Order: sequence, then structure tokens, then C-alpha cells
Amino acid sequence: MLIAVVLVLIVAGSVAFHLYSPWWWTPIASNWDYIDNTLVITFWITGAVFAAVVLFTAYCVWKFRHRPGHKAEFDPENKRLEWWLTAVTAVGVAAMLVPGLFVWKQFVTVPANASELEVFGQQWNWAYRLPGADGVLGTADAEWVSGENPLGVNPHDRFGKDDLIIEGGEVYLPVDQPVKLLLRSIDVLHNFYVPEFRAKMDMVPGMVTYIWFTPTRTGNFEALCAEYCGTAHPFMRGFVTVVEAAEYQEWLQEQLTFEDYARTASEPATRLAER
Amino acid sequence: MTDILPEHDSNLPPREVADVMPPHAHSWIGKYVFSQDAKYIAIQYSGTAAAIGLVALVLSWLMRLQLGFPGLFDFITPEAYYQFVTMHGMIMVIYLLTAIFLGGFGNYLIPLMVGARDMVFPFVNMLSYWIYLLAVLVLVASFFVPGGPTGAGWTLSPPQAVLSGTPGGAQSGIILMLVSLILFIIGFTMGGLNYAVTVLQARTRGMTMMRLPLTVWGIFTATVMALLAFPALFVACVMMLFDRLLGTSFFMPTLVELGEKLSYGGGSPIAFQHLFWFFGHPEVYIVALPAFGIVSDLIAVHARKNVFGYRMMVWAIVIIGALSFIVWAHHMYVSGMHPWFGFFFATTTLIIAIPTAIKVYNWILTLWKGDIHLTLPMLFALGFIVTFVNGGLTGLFLGNVVVDVPLSDTMFVVAHFHMVMGVAPIMVIFGAIYHWYPKITGRMLNEAMGQIHFWVTFIGAYAVFFPMHYVGLVGVPRRYFEIGEPAFLTAPVDGLNAFISSAALIVGAVQVLFLFNIFWSLRHGLAAGGNPWRATSLEWQTPETPPRHGNWGDDLPNVYRWAYDYSVPGAPKDYVAQNDPWVPDSGGRRL
Amino acid sequence: MTVILAFLVLVALAAGLWLSQQRLASKPWLETGIAPLAGHGPGRAPGFIFIAVFLAVAGGLFAMLGSAFVMQIDETPWELVPLPGRVWLNTALLLLASLFMQFVVISARAGTTRWLRASLIAASIATLAFLAGQAQVWIALTSGGYPLDGPPAASFFYLITGLHGLHVLGGIIALAAICLRHAGGGDVKALLPGVRLCALYWHGLLAFWLMLFALLQGWGNAFLALCRAAVT
Ligand code: HEM
Ligand SMILES: [Cu+2]
Ligand SMILES: [Cu+2]
Repeated sequence: MLIAVVLVLIVAGSVAFHLYSPWWWTPIASNWDYIDNTLVITFWITGAVFAAVVLFTAYCVWKFRHRPGHKAEFDPENKRLEWWLTAVTAVGVAAMLVPGLFVWKQFVTVPANASELEVFGQQWNWAYRLPGADGVLGTADAEWVSGENPLGVNPHDRFGKDDLIIEGGEVYLPVDQPVKLLLRSIDVLHNFYVPEFRAKMDMVPGMVTYIWFTPTRTGNFEALCAEYCGTAHPFMRGFVTVVEAAEYQEWLQEQLTFEDYARTASEPATRLAER
Repeated sequence: MTDILPEHDSNLPPREVADVMPPHAHSWIGKYVFSQDAKYIAIQYSGTAAAIGLVALVLSWLMRLQLGFPGLFDFITPEAYYQFVTMHGMIMVIYLLTAIFLGGFGNYLIPLMVGARDMVFPFVNMLSYWIYLLAVLVLVASFFVPGGPTGAGWTLSPPQAVLSGTPGGAQSGIILMLVSLILFIIGFTMGGLNYAVTVLQARTRGMTMMRLPLTVWGIFTATVMALLAFPALFVACVMMLFDRLLGTSFFMPTLVELGEKLSYGGGSPIAFQHLFWFFGHPEVYIVALPAFGIVSDLIAVHARKNVFGYRMMVWAIVIIGALSFIVWAHHMYVSGMHPWFGFFFATTTLIIAIPTAIKVYNWILTLWKGDIHLTLPMLFALGFIVTFVNGGLTGLFLGNVVVDVPLSDTMFVVAHFHMVMGVAPIMVIFGAIYHWYPKITGRMLNEAMGQIHFWVTFIGAYAVFFPMHYVGLVGVPRRYFEIGEPAFLTAPVDGLNAFISSAALIVGAVQVLFLFNIFWSLRHGLAAGGNPWRATSLEWQTPETPPRHGNWGDDLPNVYRWAYDYSVPGAPKDYVAQNDPWVPDSGGRRL
Repeated sequence: MTVILAFLVLVALAAGLWLSQQRLASKPWLETGIAPLAGHGPGRAPGFIFIAVFLAVAGGLFAMLGSAFVMQIDETPWELVPLPGRVWLNTALLLLASLFMQFVVISARAGTTRWLRASLIAASIATLAFLAGQAQVWIALTSGGYPLDGPPAASFFYLITGLHGLHVLGGIIALAAICLRHAGGGDVKALLPGVRLCALYWHGLLAFWLMLFALLQGWGNAFLALCRAAVT
């Protein structure tokens, strides 16, 4: 009989842990509260099913435990019951899937007014690139990578000349402005993940992937690499600082364009001095 | 060459399948080393799988030591940690679970349950084991080569798997891993052809497909799936081996590694992921379906009740098997593949939940109005239901593409798949061993040790993996050597991790008791008799226990009924064996 | 993944056909007595099923390779290897080998030793010539600027033909083993079960080769592009 009691305790304990433990996701800082909502719906539905199934099992185990003289019923099937259960399950599944698909539609549809920011991953640090004054990111490829050109910006592309190159792992974003992250890697898979923003996507060498979101509050957020990329994977961290528009403009002024960067790269001392 | 045995009773309809006596071994080596008896091969498979599984268990301890008590153990460097993770994952999934369910239980149970004397091609079956052993040895060898085993993660995704930033990537670790997998697949294919053809072509007289125990349905469907899914892994491994050794660029685009441009170019890393998961997802069900089948039988026997909704159970197995080939990309929602695939794969993935749920309902409805004996197999079956339902439900989070976005590649995923394909199938393996050990050895396993084993394993494993979901929810990614104290943690996870690690150590330790029980009971277990659980299926009706070479005496059994005639009204006993010609008074439909 | 999915649809159809004969909708708890097994006509020897299932597995392997090829070639700008004309000749040789194998079966069934021997030799020569021809193509490509470690399309050609060749080689070894085992005995009919399986295997490998050949020519991608254009 112990097992019936333990099953009940497992349900009670799991629910209590869920409700009272301090471990919960970090407060959101982007527009993806839809994702959080879908997650919460899913928690409720699945939690209810888990409790129902396990408690029912516990009840059966207790009620129909073997006693002398007790005999099981011969009960091969019950078509109606099975179809009902199937239908109810299908409804529950649909209740989770349908909102999920709607949110996914938004997730992959970048709004037209989103600004662009390229996130660049390599073993094991982050860099960033912003379109310069012309508003267009130049093309780039691992082909062009060199000491003066760590991000592999295409030197023959005129759009690339004024792109801002940001090394050091930290980048600024203006609050309440949708941003499309273009994700690029030149060695292995990485994944740019800021838990507060919820969105994440692998960066794959040889292609450019993307995500988009709107930062909704200012602050300094840590970025992790969420796709295994070799020994130093857990130490590949960066920072995203979300600031008001004015402060953002100030920060922009301090960044080097690709042209300047290439020029100063040959004289590392100057570059350091400029920082 | 083959000797076909004569018919004894001439009143019966003619046999569809000839009664072929498998060749007898005469030498000691032929009997105990290169045995062609499926039952012996089953033991060899299970023993080898358990041995290498212990390695994986020890590796999980080492990982948990690092995660629970970071900084305390100097010898666990990041390199070592990733090697542990990789080898642990790969061994558990392929070399332990796949091998033990198909090579172990498949070999032992299929011929007995379908009423055959052996597998159809005993020689090929024997080769299968030896190639498997070779694969395991190659895998073990990789621990001893310079650079150690590969640390690429069990998903082996290129380019990192073959580059120097990953342990073993530029040395021989990854090469041995790939070679070992290729060998495993070749060996498995030999065995798998046998399991499938035996079910198709060696069922005894009267054993229609709809009379098979669900164990056979589960193993059979899983085998067919494995035969179709493993080629994908095979192709992926061969191509990656070429990339690593011969300089091809199947999966390698233009790369700059640590400032240096490599000679690769033109390949696609995502192609590898498609190939890998085209195998990888069916693999989940290759492990799960045999467990589904076996647990159905455990519940029926120990609740003295027919499996509820047998037909639905069979259909569900077949439907799950088929659907699981069109859901693979749910592992790739954030891989950078075309986002529109998300709609398709989320839908197919959540549809699979429906037949899976039906199976769960039917297990519980089998308990309903049963006569539940809380034997060890039944306890483990109940443990399976709890952990499987838990893991299955978290699968609905990860399958629902947008919910997966924040959760993918976090410890939530690790917790999910351990529940659903780690703990749950292992519960079934334990239950099955307690259930069939008496048939294999003629003795019962010790009950007291078994009780301790069950309670510690069940409660311990739940304590390990339930809280782990929340470690993932707060944002700790998987494959993290250490997380540190980033600001997004709403509460520090150190204490929780230490708790999980302690529980994992205890769960691991109690497995030693289980192993001891296996050996101890060989000598000291209670004598079991031929059918201690009063079960109906054919393996319990053999003339000798343990069954001899050839399984049946002079005559193959004839099958008169399905495998679940428990507590039939009017029957003389509370079970009617499949080879028992008893007919109910009420008639029913006679054939 | 279109190729492998198309292949799986075929497998699913075959499986579905077989399942439809297994009375899946019957209520087994209502039936007592010895029920007849379904699908056990003569000629369904276990060996036959074994080879058929093995061909399904090998088919899966080649379909998977085909999928990888199509996926890759679509992703990187189309850059196919121009196949030398020799490949056409090889295809014809494999076709002949398959035909001769069928003759072997026919003459083994009829019990005519002379025909059997002749067709066996012809089949072996055609098969070996196919392999030699494929090797020659490799040499031609390697020296013609398409080495193994060149562009992926070239690597694919070597990989696909190599794995296919290995399967053919395995078939020849099995055939030789069967013939050697029965070399002493005069009874030709004893060969029949063995060579029947070989013939089936040869036909299977021929079918796979034709599919792969079409893919390597780029017809698969062209066809898919056509479909895509039709859809959008
Ligand atoms: C007491 C039992 C077990 C414990 C304590 C345990 C613990 C762990 C830990 C700590 C990780 C690494 C998490 C990370 O850093 O990403 C891991 C990974 C993994 N485990 Fe287990 N595990 C256990 C049993 C199993 C079983 C039975 C399976 C069989 C399915 C399994 C399959 C895996 C897989 C596939 C991985 C992923 C490896 C990778 O990320 O490449 N584990 N396990
Ligand atoms: Cu990383
Ligand atoms: Cu999956």
C-alpha cells in the first residue's frame, strides 16, 4: 500500500515544489511575454493531466489491491470510453498547439521597422556589427577574415565601409525599438541567448540566421552561448545593455567604422589609445 | 542440412511454418562462447550492455560531482567534463538501451514468445553479437588513446566535432567514436533482420499477429524502425569520417578556426543535423516501444487482467512507429533551419502525443478492477507510468515550437529526456528482469534486496530529475561545465545542484545492490518452477525451465488464444495459457 | 529529405499492405482455436524475406545518401560533376548482369547445367566489369580535376558509387560462396534457393543504382525545382 501513498505524495510534492520553490524564470525584458503565456498554459494543462493520471493510478492501486478471494474483471475493451479519451486528449493538445503556432508566426515575422544588428560568434567570444550611416550592412564571409578584418566584412562591398565593428562582447540596444539580430559564425555552431529576451537561435557557419525582439526595459543583461561549441562553451559570455535612445546615440558615436578599424588595426597601440 | 521434425498429431491443420531444429553445438566453445542459441546471445548482449552501462553510470557520477560541487574536484577539467557528457550520453542511448532492449530482450523473448525454436538465422545472430562487442571495445579503446575520447556531445554536430576546439576532435577520439558507431550499426542490422524475419516467418501454428503479446509487437516495431533509421546515422558517420580523415567537405563550410583558415568549403552543417535527427528521433521510440510492450505485459500479468484495449494498443504502437519518422526536426527548432518547418513539425509532434496518451490510459485502465499484486515487476511498472507520464508531458513543452525556444538547450531538456527515455525505460528493464529472471535461471530474485532497489531507484531518480527541470527554467543551459552566478538566476542553483548530485550518487550506489542480487540469487534464490507468475504467454509454457536449446520438446506449441486470458469467467484457473485448448462454455467465436 | 521520405512512403505502403492482411481489427479475445496465419504462401522462404528486408535497409541507406546529396547540392550553388560517358556503359553492364542472373534462376529451375554455367559466368563477368568500370570512372574523375576532397558534389560521387560498389562486391562473394558449396554435387536444382536470393539482390542493387544515377545527373534537383515552381 506504500506505493499508493507515495504516488499521492509525489503529486503533492511536485505541485508544492512548483508553487513554492524560488526557481522560476527570470523577469522578462522583451516583447515575448506571449511565449511565457503559452508556457504557463502548457504548465496548467500538463500539470492537471499529471496529477489526474497519477492520482487515479494511486486510487486503482489502493482500491484493487490483491486480497484473498478478490478476482479481476474480464474487460477486453470499451470502444466508447477509448474514443472519448482520444477526443479529450486531442482537444487538450490543440489547446496548447494552436496558441503556440500563432506565437511562432509572430516569432518568425520580423516587423518592417526593426533595426539590424549582426551578432558574430567565434570560439569563444562575441562581436557585433551595426550598419553605419547608410543603414545597410555590407556582405561578409569567413573567406575575408584576417587580422585587420576579424569579422570577415567584404572589403569590396561599399555598404560595408561604414559598418560599425564592436568587439569586446558588449553591445547597446535602444529600448522599445524592435531589433533584428542577424546571427553569424565563422567556425562552429554557437547560439546567442539572453534569458531575459527569451528568443534564441543557433548561428551556423556558412549561413546567416536571425531572431527579432523588442527590448522593453533598460538594464544590463548577460548573454550566454546556448549551443555547444567546444571546451570553453560555458565561458563564452557577452552583455547586452538596453538604454534610452539618447544614451544609445552617444554610445554609437564612440564606435569605430570598418574603414577606421582596418586602418588602425595595423597600429594596435593607437587602437588601444582610442578606446 | 536442416532437419525438419515430423508431425505428431494428425488431427491438426497443416503447419504453415516448418518445424526446423536449429543446429546443435557440440564443442564447449560452440556452446559457451560462439553460441548460436538466441537465449545465450541474449545473455551475452545484456551482460556486455550492462558492463558498458556501468561505465556510463560512473561517468554520470563524475558529471554530477562537478555540477553539484563545482571547483571541488580538480581532475574534472572542462575537457574531461565534455568527454564524460558525450560518452555517458552515447553509451546510455546506443550501447546500453538499444542493445539491451533489442539484442537482450529481443533475442530472449521473440523466439520463445512466438513459439519458435530459435531465431531464423542463428549464425548471423551470433555474428551480430560479436560485432556489437567489437563496437564496444573500440568505444572503450577511445578512453585510452592520446587526447582521450571525443567530447563533441552525443549529437556529434560538426564542425566542432572534428575541430581542435573540442576534446578528441583533432585527435583520434572522434574517429574511434564514428568507427564504433558504424560497427554497431552493422552488427545491429544483422540482429535486426533476424528479429524481424523471425516474427514474420517463424510464428508457430495458430500464433496470428493479433495474438502476439504486446512485448513482441513493441520489439518488432522498434526493430523495423531501427532498420530504417540506423542507415541515416550510418551515412552521417561515414560522411563525417570522410570529412575528418580524407579532407572532404560534406558538412564543412568555409571555416576560420582560431584565426586560421581551413581547407574546407562548400558543405552544410545543418545537413548533418537532419541526418542525425532523422535517426535520433526514431531512436527515442526504438527505446520506448519495447518498453511500452513489455510494461503492458507486466501490468497485465501482475494485475491478473487482460490488457485493456489490446487492439488500440497495437494500432498505437504501429502509428507511433510510423509518425516518428516525420517529427525529427523538432530537435532543430532553433538550429537555423527554415522557420516555416516549425509549423509542420510542431503539429506532427503534438499529434504523436495522442496515440501515446492512449497507451497511458490503457495501462491505467488495465489496473482498474484488476487484482493488483504489488510484486516487484508491478512496482517498477508503476514507477514507469509516473516517470513516463512526467517526461511525456514535458515533451509537450518542447514539441510546441515556440515554447521550445527559451527551453531548448537548457537543463529542462536534459531533465525531460532523462525522465522519458532514461528513467522510464530503465524502470521497465528492471521490472522485466525481476519478471523474467525466474525463466532465465529457474530462481527468483531476492525480494528484500529488490524492494530496497525499487524504492531507492524510483524515489531517487524522481528527486534527481524533477528539480532539474527548474534548473533549466531559471536559464541554466545544458552542457555547461559551470554556470557561475549570472544575474538572471532568480535564486542561486548551487544548493539545488548539490541536492540533485547527492540523490544521483545514492541512486547509482543502489544499482550495485541490484547487481549483487543478480549473482547472489543465481545460487540462493528461491526455486521458481516453470511459471511462477501464472502467466499465459508461451515463454512460460516451455517443457523445461530454463528452456533448453530448441526451446520446445518434440513438438512446437499450438496456439489457441490470445495472450491475455486472465480471470476469464468460467475458466478453471485465473489464467488460460495460450497453448491451452480450453473453450469457454459460452462459446465465443470458435475457429 | 524528399528522397528518403519518398522511399519511406513506398516502405509504408508495403508494410500497410501486409498489415491489412493481419486482421488488425479482429477481436482476438473472442476467438479460440487454431487460427490460420496470414501471408504464408509457398515461396516465402525466410531467406527470401531476409533479402527483401535487407534490400529495404540498403534502400534506406541509399535513399539517405540521395537525400543528403539533393539537400547539399540545393544549398550550395548547383555544381554537379560532369559524369564521363563511361558511366552509361557501366549502367548497361549492371543491367545485363541483372538479366543474366535471371537466366541463372530460370536454368537452375529447369535443371539445365550448361545454360546455368554459361549464364553464371556471364553474370559474373558483367558484374565484375561494372565494378571495374566504376573504378575507371574514379580514376578519370580524379585526374580530371574532381578529386575526392574537391567540391562536395565530387565527394558525393565517390561516396555513393563506393558504397554501392561495396554492396555489389558483397553480392558477388555470396554468389561465389553458394556456387562453391554446390560445386561438387551434380544436382543443379540444389542451387536454386541460393541463386534466387542472389537474383533478387542483383535486381535490387540495379534499381538503387538507376535511382542514384538519376540523382547524380542532377535530375532529382531539377525535378524538385520543377515541383517547387509548380507549387509557388
Ligand atoms: C542516475 C542516472 C543518470 C544521471 C545522474 C545522469 C546525469 C546526466 C548529466 C549530469 C548529464 C549532462 C548534462 C549536461 O551538462 O548537459 C547527462 C547527459 C545525458 N544523459 Fe544522463 N544521467 C543518468 C542516466 C541516463 C540514462 C539512463 C540515459 C539514457 C537515455 C541518459 C542519457 C543522457 C544523454 C543522451 C545525455 C546528453 C549528453 C549530451 O549532452 O551530449 N542518462 N546525464
Ligand atoms: Cu557555445
Ligand atoms: Cu524527437
